[in-house]
Amino acid sequence: MSNLDQFRTETRVWLEENCPESMRKPMADESDSVGGGRNPTFKHPDQKLWMDRMAAKGWTVPTWPTQYGGGGLDRDEAKILGEEMSRLQCRTPLQGMGISMLGPALLEYGSEEQKSQHMPKIASGAIWWCQGYSEPGAGSDLASLQTKAEDMGDHFLINGSKIWTSGADKADWIFCLVRTDNTGSKHHGISFLLFDMTTPGVTVKPILLISGRSPFCETFFDDVKVPKENLMGERDKGWTIAKYLLTHEREMISGLGRGSKKKFCESAVDAIGLENGRLADTVLRTDIAKLELNILAFSKTMERVGDETKSGKGLGAASAIFKYYGTELNKTRCELMMDIEGEQALGWEGDNYKDGLMSRTWLRSKGNSIEGGTTEVQLNIISKRVLGLK
Amino acid sequence: MPLVLNEEQSMLKDAAAGFLAEKAPVAALRALRDERNADGFSRDLWQEMAEMGWAGIAIPENYGGLDYGYVGLGLILEEMGRQLTVSPMQSSVLVGATLINLAGNDAQKQALLPAIAEGKLLVSLALQEGRHHRPAHTALTATANGDGFSLSGEKVMVLDAHVADKMIIAARTSGEAGDTAGVSLFLVDGDVQGLSCERVIMVDSRNAGKVTLNNVVVSKGDLIGELDGGMAVLEKALSIANIGLSAELLGLCLQSFETTIEYLKQRKQFEALIGSFQSLQHRAADMFAELELGKSMVLAALQAIDNDDDDLALMAAATKAKLCEIAENVTNETIQMHGGIGMTDEYDMGFYMKRARAAQQTFGDYSYQLDRFACLNGF
Ligand SMILES: Cc1cc2nc3c(=O)[nH]c(=O)nc-3n(C[C@H](O)[C@H](O)[C@H](O)COP(=O)(O)OP(=O)(O)OC[C@H]3O[C@@H](n4cnc5c(N)ncnc54)[C@H](O)[C@@H]3O)c2cc1C
Ligand SMILES: Cc1cc2nc3c(=O)[nH]c(=O)nc-3n(C[C@H](O)[C@H](O)[C@H](O)COP(=O)(O)OP(=O)(O)OC[C@H]3O[C@@H](n4cnc5c(N)ncnc54)[C@H](O)[C@@H]3O)c2cc1C
Repeated sequence: MSNLDQFRTETRVWLEENCPESMRKPMADESDSVGGGRNPTFKHPDQKLWMDRMAAKGWTVPTWPTQYGGGGLDRDEAKILGEEMSRLQCRTPLQGMGISMLGPALLEYGSEEQKSQHMPKIASGAIWWCQGYSEPGAGSDLASLQTKAEDMGDHFLINGSKIWTSGADKADWIFCLVRTDNTGSKHHGISFLLFDMTTPGVTVKPILLISGRSPFCETFFDDVKVPKENLMGERDKGWTIAKYLLTHEREMISGLGRGSKKKFCESAVDAIGLENGRLADTVLRTDIAKLELNILAFSKTMERVGDETKSGKGLGAASAIFKYYGTELNKTRCELMMDIEGEQALGWEGDNYKDGLMSRTWLRSKGNSIEGGTTEVQLNIISKRVLGLK
Repeated sequence: MPLVLNEEQSMLKDAAAGFLAEKAPVAALRALRDERNADGFSRDLWQEMAEMGWAGIAIPENYGGLDYGYVGLGLILEEMGRQLTVSPMQSSVLVGATLINLAGNDAQKQALLPAIAEGKLLVSLALQEGRHHRPAHTALTATANGDGFSLSGEKVMVLDAHVADKMIIAARTSGEAGDTAGVSLFLVDGDVQGLSCERVIMVDSRNAGKVTLNNVVVSKGDLIGELDGGMAVLEKALSIANIGLSAELLGLCLQSFETTIEYLKQRKQFEALIGSFQSLQHRAADMFAELELGKSMVLAALQAIDNDDDDLALMAAATKAKLCEIAENVTNETIQMHGGIGMTDEYDMGFYMKRARAAQQTFGDYSYQLDRFACLNGF
């Protein structure tokens, strides 16, 4: 225990000395998050400073092995780091699909060369990754994907297109599901490829979201040559990797359900006021109380599953509910936020309305129960795989 | 009155549907948004609508209207909801003309109603002051000034504020915020000295402005209705306004719903139409059931206006609450059941969700109306 106490003390001191003041308040929206990449954008120089300092310690990816740019922390230490960061309200220094999705898959399925080539660059924020899974005809039925990879001896030749590729217009590399064999069942013949987005034949067209922002794209592949060594895992058996990666995507998205630093009910009191110690809007009060209760219960469940995993019980069955429950909670939270803020939430432009921050956040949240596998797909997984209902 | 449309009403509804689908579909709203149109609506189209009698549909004949009643107005609003048509129908006809007709004296009605009916005059109500609709909390000060008053304060969510020729300002002439008595309504010109208006681009791509009054001088002649007695007429006008908005929400929901059902019949995943998945089927069936309830409430509430029923306030609160509930569910389901494509700006369904939100929050949202419904029921 004393080792951990010492770790906590050192961590606290280090964070206090190294986390810039401006990185100690919650992000206002997606644009405040740092994704790195070859052409990184930093809204504020402190973002770069904070990312670089954390990366130097390996704490952008605390649990990854040190030889791949990680912090080499065990679960207990990582939990302490997380707690100390929340205590100071430190922002996550670097975010993205590289860190939360590809990295874990590389660790599990990547070759030594692939790990050494890609993981340090993910950890330092040098390379931004995007996910090429969905296609126009393959959404929920991901395994029916048709983007073709032909074996040309020393390379694969890729033809086809992906859709809803988040960040493809900014990404440097893509992890992409392609079809290398069309003869067996649809789950057979899928391969997992890594390639550079600047490879000739890759074009990207941004798609505007209902929030008025444009974080996702159509991605086209026209005779794109990808070297054979960029294949991850076994050829034709990429579905297993694809699914493994999806469990990490789900985990990442379900974090939304935990809620923000500022308690939701405090915003309501600010906006609506109290009457005899109770929120002046009695109907909304009940709805907010229900949501706060569920956020609490959800956080406890995440904590329980985390502790069960640590004690070696493996991922509990409860983990299947995270993506479903967390994203539905976030959607409800945004609906209630709109109710709470009233007129202020309806603005779309202008300084008085923070350029529509609230309404745009609300609209963006509607994608949470679609991206990373829809709510319906999650419920199917729970009922079929966990409950055995077929 | 039976809860069915008569032949004439059905014809009006069909005609409105055809006209709006052709002239004012979602694409028109999209164009107004993308070109950042200065008015936020098409004045030419509004003239056409006025020529068909829509702007005067609920205005009495002796004041230049059709005297066709609120069922007629509601049917048009429902069809406008389907197409997300932008026009001053809500601000000037549903609310402005209604208030003047309810509370104005004969001279005021003569001066204003025919002009509204012709589509030549836009009148908007300036009521809300904080983030939420709380009419009794009106605080905008009216200080006695010789024979009249001097008005100072701020209003938000003033529909079509930046194009309104005249505004009806709810002001406090006695008592304090929270008192039902002591609110008075004054008619002012949109460009009167001391009034400034900030156009706000809203989530639904319409404009509900912020209006600031700084010692705006009004006379007794500008008073609409009785001094200190504005709340009673305001409440009635707001009941009518909320029923009209419910009709619009109904149309909007029906269109979203029907589009979704079509999509469920077209989109295939797992070698099956997604409409064959029972989890979606049951939710679609549930929406159908809710929408049927919504239709009944809207029609009954519109008829209650025309019949001047005693329970108008209760019907209004109930109908708006019900339609808010339905709209939130239907617009969310629409996007969810479309998957990724539902999240794109290029697809129209996002516009429906955005308009639904704004309409829900205009003149009292779900929780306001539900609370009011409970109060009116005595608990
Ligand atoms: C904001 C956002 C970001 C995204 N980012 C990425 C990305 O970076 N990379 C990437 O590859 N993809 C991305 N996606 C795509 C996402 O994974 C797909 O949209 C999702 O898997 C659903 O596929 P679809 O859009 O084709 O919808 P469909 O699969 O067509 O689904 C339509 C509806 O049918 C339902 N449905 C389908 N099958 C069943 C079933 N068996 N039972 C019950 N209901 C069913 C769905 O749940 C949904 O409600 C993103 C999506 C969004 C919204
Ligand atoms: C965005 C997204 C996220 C997802 N996340 C997860 C996840 O975290 N965990 C998870 O388990 N699934 C995940 N899936 C896959 C999801 O479970 C399936 O798409 C869905 O349940 C339908 O099953 P199916 O694809 O196996 O196709 P179906 O046609 O419904 O299934 C056909 C049959 O093949 C079987 N099968 C499944 N996998 C294989 C395989 N690799 N090889 C051979 N047969 C197989 C199935 O059990 C089933 O009996 C995700 C899918 C999407 C689109």
